[in-house]
Amino acid sequence: MANIILEMKHITKLFPGVRALDDVNLQVTEGEIHALVGENGAGKSTLMNVLSGIYPYGDYEGDIIYKGELCKFHTIKDSEAKGIVIIHQELALVPYLTIGENMFLGNERGNKGKIDWDETFNKADELLRMVGLHESSHTLIKDIGVGKQQLVEIAKALAKNVKLLILDEPTASLNETDSKKLLDLMLEFKAQGMTCIIISHKLSEVSYVADKITVIRDGATIETLVKGVDDLSEERIIRGMVGRELTDRFPKREPKIGEISMEVRDWTVYHPLYDGRKVCDGVNLNVRRGEVVGVSGLMGAGRTELAMSIFGGSYGRGISGTLIINGREVHLHSVQDAIDHKLAYVTEDRKGNGLILSSTIRENTTLSRMEKISHHKTLDKDLEIQVANEYKEKLRTKCSSVEQLVGNLSGGNQQKVLLAKWMFADPDILILDEPTRGIDVGAKYEIYCIINQLVAEGKSVIMISSELPEILGMCDRTYVMNEGRIVGELTREESSQESIMSCILQSAGKGA
Amino acid sequence: MTKTKEVLKKNTMLIALAVVMVLFQVLISIAGKGSLFAPANITNLILQNSYVVILAVGMLMCILTGGNIDLSVGSIVALVGAIAGVMIVSNKMNVYLTILVCLVLGTLIGAWQGFWIAYVRIPAFIVTLAGMMLWRGVALIVLNGLTISPFPQEYLRYFSSFLPGDASNKGLILSVTLIVGAVLCAVYLAVQLIGRAKKLRKGYDVESQGMLWGRIVLICAVVMALSYLLGSNKGIPVVLILLGVIILAYSYYTQNTVPGRYLYAMGGNEKAAKLSGINTNRTLFFAYTNMGFLSAVAALVCIARFNSAAPSAGTNYEMDAIGACYIGGASAYGGTGTVSGAVIGAIFMGVLNNGMSILGIDANWQKVVKGIVLLAAVVFDVVSKKHSSKS
Repeated sequence: MANIILEMKHITKLFPGVRALDDVNLQVTEGEIHALVGENGAGKSTLMNVLSGIYPYGDYEGDIIYKGELCKFHTIKDSEAKGIVIIHQELALVPYLTIGENMFLGNERGNKGKIDWDETFNKADELLRMVGLHESSHTLIKDIGVGKQQLVEIAKALAKNVKLLILDEPTASLNETDSKKLLDLMLEFKAQGMTCIIISHKLSEVSYVADKITVIRDGATIETLVKGVDDLSEERIIRGMVGRELTDRFPKREPKIGEISMEVRDWTVYHPLYDGRKVCDGVNLNVRRGEVVGVSGLMGAGRTELAMSIFGGSYGRGISGTLIINGREVHLHSVQDAIDHKLAYVTEDRKGNGLILSSTIRENTTLSRMEKISHHKTLDKDLEIQVANEYKEKLRTKCSSVEQLVGNLSGGNQQKVLLAKWMFADPDILILDEPTRGIDVGAKYEIYCIINQLVAEGKSVIMISSELPEILGMCDRTYVMNEGRIVGELTREESSQESIMSCILQSAGKGA
Repeated sequence: MTKTKEVLKKNTMLIALAVVMVLFQVLISIAGKGSLFAPANITNLILQNSYVVILAVGMLMCILTGGNIDLSVGSIVALVGAIAGVMIVSNKMNVYLTILVCLVLGTLIGAWQGFWIAYVRIPAFIVTLAGMMLWRGVALIVLNGLTISPFPQEYLRYFSSFLPGDASNKGLILSVTLIVGAVLCAVYLAVQLIGRAKKLRKGYDVESQGMLWGRIVLICAVVMALSYLLGSNKGIPVVLILLGVIILAYSYYTQNTVPGRYLYAMGGNEKAAKLSGINTNRTLFFAYTNMGFLSAVAALVCIARFNSAAPSAGTNYEMDAIGACYIGGASAYGGTGTVSGAVIGAIFMGVLNNGMSILGIDANWQKVVKGIVLLAAVVFDVVSKKHSSKS
């Protein structure tokens, strides 16, 4: 009987208004590869952040027992000192430093504040050989690809004397060959006695490497499947991931669907920085009046990039394809063009891309269509206050007054201000990107009601969402997107969590 | 209670300014060195700080766009002043033509810098640091390192004279300034009451009667007091009228126009502004072009005040203007700040300078005090914001 290296008991973590983890238990045996699977937002990453000390001790409830002792990590440094290293999905490398410098960043070789560069680069080269990366440790990070960067991250973890390696979506941005290489490397480390936890959406990879699979759903552990004992087929895992009861969380709507209002044909977008990398590849989609069309897919599938590239070319380079609005082909060269053609894009990142947090609700509401409240470029502030109040009432935004700064509102109310801003712009077609991200259940329901109201007025809504239940509950039709391509189009009747997931999984890695 | 608190919080800098003025008045009286509010000193205070106020207004536009500053304004003041000197004094050219050429030149310099900053996206700090050296160098070349003076009366009367012009008749001066003050008060009263009536008619919220009249009485009292003090000295400085026009125009621009709103939106969150259809490049370009224009205006005021065009003119003016904006509550990250705040900041710095000079405090120590005040003002701003976002 192998030793239990890590045990997480009754972990509960609260975020304002959300129970991110609810009595989660996880047991990891020494020398195994343990996979964590679950939908976006199920709590996998949160759990790993608790383990690595990003959420410090006291910030959560429950116990972490590592190698038989109770651990109270306050920072990442504490967990790393014990040999627990986490590699995040977003790589934490400094592009303009060399591989060697990056590997020992925060863990410098040498003493008394003086760095021993000879030792640094020698050791780096040695570790690079261990992970099978044939690059000089003097190469700059920006000059190597993502796959190699992932290997550098692993070498960096090895430099910290890692005992328990946590990989969060390590293959999300890798192609098939690089992914395979990485997985084989994990198996090799396992043979040498290292313990790994891997978080992944790609179930084929999970079944390939994992000894045990723990399924997390809605912040709770559902089950742990063991290789050789349980059935580890993809269907079995998916059932664990999505098997939840759908209650009445979505307001009812009688769809009144009209003619096509917007159509996108053969839409291809290249990455703004990396040459030759297609972010969207030959996308075809359309939306009708009075229709809610969902775009489902995993993070990084290219959905946001698609929406932003349509919205006046706000993302990407070398955009090609045809955009038809109300039967006429249009070329949108700027956001202003897009707004003039009655198109609106409500961003997923309301704080980063959507709202001016240092301005008032009033100023945010009118920002995208100020000509409606001005004459000859001069603002009619009284009218502005009036319309801001109208939208505040209409969307039932909770605030002291429309003069309140948006930065001081809760997430749900900020989302309402963002919606108000785009409703004020009088669009016919709204692209809503993750409209309910990070807001509580009550506010979600209100947002759904607003969406229903919009389509009832004959507008078209494209809803990008990573939450499958939301897609199923709200959309009349759903496109499934993966790796920049549309990999499925499902009617309301055809849509189910299983059918969407299998569209994604079956397409994974096919076209790279 | 919360209403009072809100009013206090909104006017922190104004209150601080009043406190500092009273403090200096007390110190100066105790030291027996006259009075801060002596008519001659008030006139002096306005003349001394006119250029800082003009530059601070322009600098605020730049800071609003995202904490960008313009380091080149002092050098532009020197260069534009030098051109004016060469044209008017050395070549006896037409005064109006010279003024026009100077304003166009300043605008073009601003546009040149704005182009690199807004469209090529070279950091403003670097472009204007380069401009700081470049324009200073050109000013030195134009003047050949020498100072040109004096300027003809024909030019000076537009920038450094007083209204009414007849300086011998004390009674006339006082009555004219008091009449002008009273007219201004009446106009203010009318604007406030008409605005309120309009709001009431449309059924919008209005402030309470007490607040309204409190504000009107306070502002009218300050205007009348200032009129009296100016009238007891030489009359209304022409520069004060110029300042009034600039402050009003830019306040209106930032608060009541669409492009003014763009400045705040861009500084608050440039990505969001772009995704709202705002051409942020154009906004940024405007801010720096405008800064060049106002630098030229400041240059015209400066040469009149010193009655000379010197290659060293305008040294450190950019720092005074930047300091005034930050003391006046502009955020170092952009997106917040007002013209009136920047003006109050400029007056605040002016009062500090003036008060300490009267008290005979060593110039070196004056710098120490100003430095500490600037840091304290910004720290106060940042800390109070952190506090309010937590609650």
